[in-house]
Amino acid sequence: MVSMENNLNILLLLILLFPFAGFLLSGLAGKSLSKQIIGILASTAVFIPFVFSVIIAVNIGNGAISLKLFDWIHFQNLNISFSLFADSLTALMLLVVTGVGFLIHVYSIAYMWDDEGFSRFFSYMNLFVFFMLILVISSNYLVMFIGWEGVGLSSYLLIGFWYDNHENNNAAKKAFIMNRIGDLGFLLALFLIFTTFNSLEFSTVFGSNALMSVNNNTIFWICLLLFIGATGKSAQIPLYTWLPDAMAGPTPVSALIHAATMVTAGIYMIARSSILFAFAPEVLGLIAVVGIATALLAASIAIFQNDIKKVLAYSTISQLGYMFAALGVGAFSGAIFHLVTHAFFKALLFLAAGSVIHALGGEQNINKMGGLSKKIKVTTLVFLIGCIAISGIPPFSGFFSKDEILTSLFEKNPLLWILGIAGALMTAFYMFRLYFLVFKGNFRGSEDTAKLIHESPKLMTIPLIVLALLSIVGGFIGLPEWMGSQHFLENYLSPVFNASIQILNHNTHLPISEELILILISVIGVLIAIIFSWYIYLKNYKVINNRVASVFLIFEKKYWVDEIYEFLFVKPTLWLSNTFYSIVELKWIDGIVNGVGILVSRSGNQLKYIQNGFTEFYVFMMVLGIIALFVINFLIR
Amino acid sequence: MLAFFTLGLPLVASIIVLFLKNKQTIRNISFIFSAIIFVSTLFYFPVFHNSTSTLPVKIIENMLYFSMDGLSYLMLLLTSFAGLLIVSASFIENHERSHIYYSLLFLAIFALTGVFTTNNALMFYIYWELALIPVYFICAYWGSEGREKITIKFFIYTLFGSLLMLAALIYLYVKTPYPHSFNFEAIYQLVLTETEQSWIFWAFFIAFAVKIPIFPFHTWQPDTYTVAPMSGTMLLAGIMLKMGVYGMIRLMLPITPLAIVQWGTFASILAVIGIIYASIIAIRQTDIKRLFAFSSMAHVGLLAVAVLTLNKIALQGAVIQMLSHGVNVIGLFFVAEIFMDRMGTRNIANMGGVAKIAPRFALFFMIILLASIALPLTNGFVGEFLMLLGIFQSNVLIAVLAGTGIIFGAVYMLWLYQKSMYGKQNENITSFPDLKLREILLFTSLVIIILWMGLIPSPLLNIAEPAINEILKTF
Repeated sequence: MVSMENNLNILLLLILLFPFAGFLLSGLAGKSLSKQIIGILASTAVFIPFVFSVIIAVNIGNGAISLKLFDWIHFQNLNISFSLFADSLTALMLLVVTGVGFLIHVYSIAYMWDDEGFSRFFSYMNLFVFFMLILVISSNYLVMFIGWEGVGLSSYLLIGFWYDNHENNNAAKKAFIMNRIGDLGFLLALFLIFTTFNSLEFSTVFGSNALMSVNNNTIFWICLLLFIGATGKSAQIPLYTWLPDAMAGPTPVSALIHAATMVTAGIYMIARSSILFAFAPEVLGLIAVVGIATALLAASIAIFQNDIKKVLAYSTISQLGYMFAALGVGAFSGAIFHLVTHAFFKALLFLAAGSVIHALGGEQNINKMGGLSKKIKVTTLVFLIGCIAISGIPPFSGFFSKDEILTSLFEKNPLLWILGIAGALMTAFYMFRLYFLVFKGNFRGSEDTAKLIHESPKLMTIPLIVLALLSIVGGFIGLPEWMGSQHFLENYLSPVFNASIQILNHNTHLPISEELILILISVIGVLIAIIFSWYIYLKNYKVINNRVASVFLIFEKKYWVDEIYEFLFVKPTLWLSNTFYSIVELKWIDGIVNGVGILVSRSGNQLKYIQNGFTEFYVFMMVLGIIALFVINFLIR
Repeated sequence: MLAFFTLGLPLVASIIVLFLKNKQTIRNISFIFSAIIFVSTLFYFPVFHNSTSTLPVKIIENMLYFSMDGLSYLMLLLTSFAGLLIVSASFIENHERSHIYYSLLFLAIFALTGVFTTNNALMFYIYWELALIPVYFICAYWGSEGREKITIKFFIYTLFGSLLMLAALIYLYVKTPYPHSFNFEAIYQLVLTETEQSWIFWAFFIAFAVKIPIFPFHTWQPDTYTVAPMSGTMLLAGIMLKMGVYGMIRLMLPITPLAIVQWGTFASILAVIGIIYASIIAIRQTDIKRLFAFSSMAHVGLLAVAVLTLNKIALQGAVIQMLSHGVNVIGLFFVAEIFMDRMGTRNIANMGGVAKIAPRFALFFMIILLASIALPLTNGFVGEFLMLLGIFQSNVLIAVLAGTGIIFGAVYMLWLYQKSMYGKQNENITSFPDLKLREILLFTSLVIIILWMGLIPSPLLNIAEPAINEILKTF
């Protein structure tokens, strides 16, 4: 048993080393290696950690493993070590990051093949995986913060991957800066945690003794600040506007970073800190409200977007909103469950969208697509699977996770459930809108493009098929109790969440009959939404589309939030910058300084005639002064 | 013997170089000298590492009042390393009368070494002023257009500050019991009333605030950093401004504890205003050196706040950040010089698309930029994290306001990087040769230090700790 544990410990380190080595190798030696080798190396650098993650996940059981590498910032009053940690929650995250990450790496080999920055791309991708893994296997908040900022950096580098175009660069910069705003919240939370617990180590902070002695007001602020950090990384109100712009990056990046993994970091962080949040019910309430509001806001925008990736981006924000809502009502394992299934079907949808874009030679406007189902059959099929999964139709994965969340919302407050259902209906509606507009009907693009359309190579379709299978069966890890089975995932995660759930103390499980009624309502609603979508976008396409554009401008324009932020924050800052410099700095402060200077030089006019320059005068005065000092010294003695 | 290499060699080098003729010889000899100085300083490392003694180590007994505690040693380490970097970087500028140039460089290093190691207030003042002279001449003779007026302003401004310090020091001297003494130890033992302390506090504070610089005593700084030659800017920003912070720690904390309790918050607010003010101004600067100048001002404002909080964690952070900032700012101004060298302009509007034609430069620039915006695992993070944590513990609001600096830092630095390195190649750029071997070596050594300090800062913290404990004993 002991040796087993030791070996598992070492795996924690090895998991990190492979992607880091991959990053260095394709980054530094990229020019001298062939594309095949880089592709294989980079994918292997993620696959090996996946194998290790499987080993950890299988063996972790109820326990936890940790590995201290070295003292990072260490002196008498403060000791922060660089140490790693894994329990079942970590193991699950490791599986998602490395598993989905590996598939996306493989897909990228074909997708990025003709790009001149091929090696740079894989270098950044490995770097991202490295930081994401640090984030999930950290054993204290500061090491987590390394991963937290590190994924932000990789995201910045990858959004702006095609840096010739300043639109991409602006998107990258926006993502980094908005994340930094959240990061300041996170950082302040760490300060407060350290000040309160004198440690940033999870084991110390979450230890019941420490927690019991802290007053709730402090915990409230810690949790609020952590949540602010999470809104940045996980694109929630008010810091979500960077994510749609982040679609400027290559599509595999959108799939890996801006859908499946990085954006879930906020969910993971809050789930990891669940015990703290259990002591801050007000913050949990806020999280639930912000989550559901974000879910609805983003869904309403997604309906009216015409860029295939933008629709998926808003859908991601919306789904993250569900996860936050779940966290907010204390359904921690429900949130993680949805995180996992979402990683499958959203990565699938993005990669399939990439396949569509690939097939059309770069076209992303869904108004110029249509009828693709005849030409790219595999992509069509997997995309449809993704749509069914995200819409929550049984027995696909999204059904189980989403209904678990909806049920938890109902248990907390039926109003939340109603809002959740509204979001779910919108989700089904816009996802099938996307499906019908892209794959059904007639092709609306130019004839030149029509000739180009081709199915993607196997290297792309195989990962798609694997993800499609996962999207179908992924929900079975969390079969609900009304199906007469043990909830595998909930049991698996129970060592992590048990304590927090006990504190929150809501054992008011709905009776199975009521739960079934809720599910029936949501499934029927979703089916109606799909039929509605079919009626509008397939059967009756042209007429409605034109009317939509004028009446629902507010959704199409995304509630003008970007414009409002521009007006409230960006413009005033730039104005301040100019004003500070040209008026306050040059006219006022420097004006006073110069004024004093002129005054002094006028009154000292006589000296000017005696001395021929300031320097000489100064040196002379200094020598004189020093002599005078010695004289004074001598006299006093 | 070691003491001679560390303390005396810069002066010897300064004199020897003056008599050399051949440009190449001068460069090589200067490099060798600065390398010896740095290596000899490194030899002290074991003396201070894990040393439990809080007492300063006397370098030269009964002579010239030199002694070192961990703090002095770290400053010396910075001075000698930064000196080595500056001397090595100087090859990129083609100096006329280079024997004088290098001689002045060594003179500055000599004076700075003195400032950081003396334990006598008079010597402190003399070295402090002595450091100014070579930098003044370097800026005045090798600077760019408009330097005359600007360097004189810089000179008078800092002179004005130092005179206040001198007045305070003389007052303290007179207060010491007979026979009067300028020794730090004697001055530390003075019992001063709160009023006396307040006067001395402000005299010191203004002197140091000008040097660092702290808002609103900063207006000499952006101009001077901009027109000074690269090495002058590096000297000023990399090492000389730390004299101010060092002075605050060495003189203000032990001598005016009551006044700091009374006035510290007020002074911190000035510094915080400076952080935000300089950060916001940096956003719209179009001259790359001026942008770095304002960025530097924002960073050192945080240093001042950290020192004034009297919090041990913040002070430890400040010490680390003094070293980090020294390294990073030298890197940044070297980046600026690369642009000057390749394009002959500092105007960001004329840049663009450099990443594609100079990928190695792009990589190094990015790493130094990340260190400057305090990304974890770089040196910049350790210092800023500790400082903000310490400040947070003593005043949450100030920490939050000062923390906005990390957001603004990302704004202007990423903007700069985007405009200069990304996008389409600017039509003004006909060619932009990627880094040469010497430049790569210089950048590589910077990057090694950046990552080493970011990953293993504990030995440095360990060295600083006893000295900080000793200084905070008063409170």
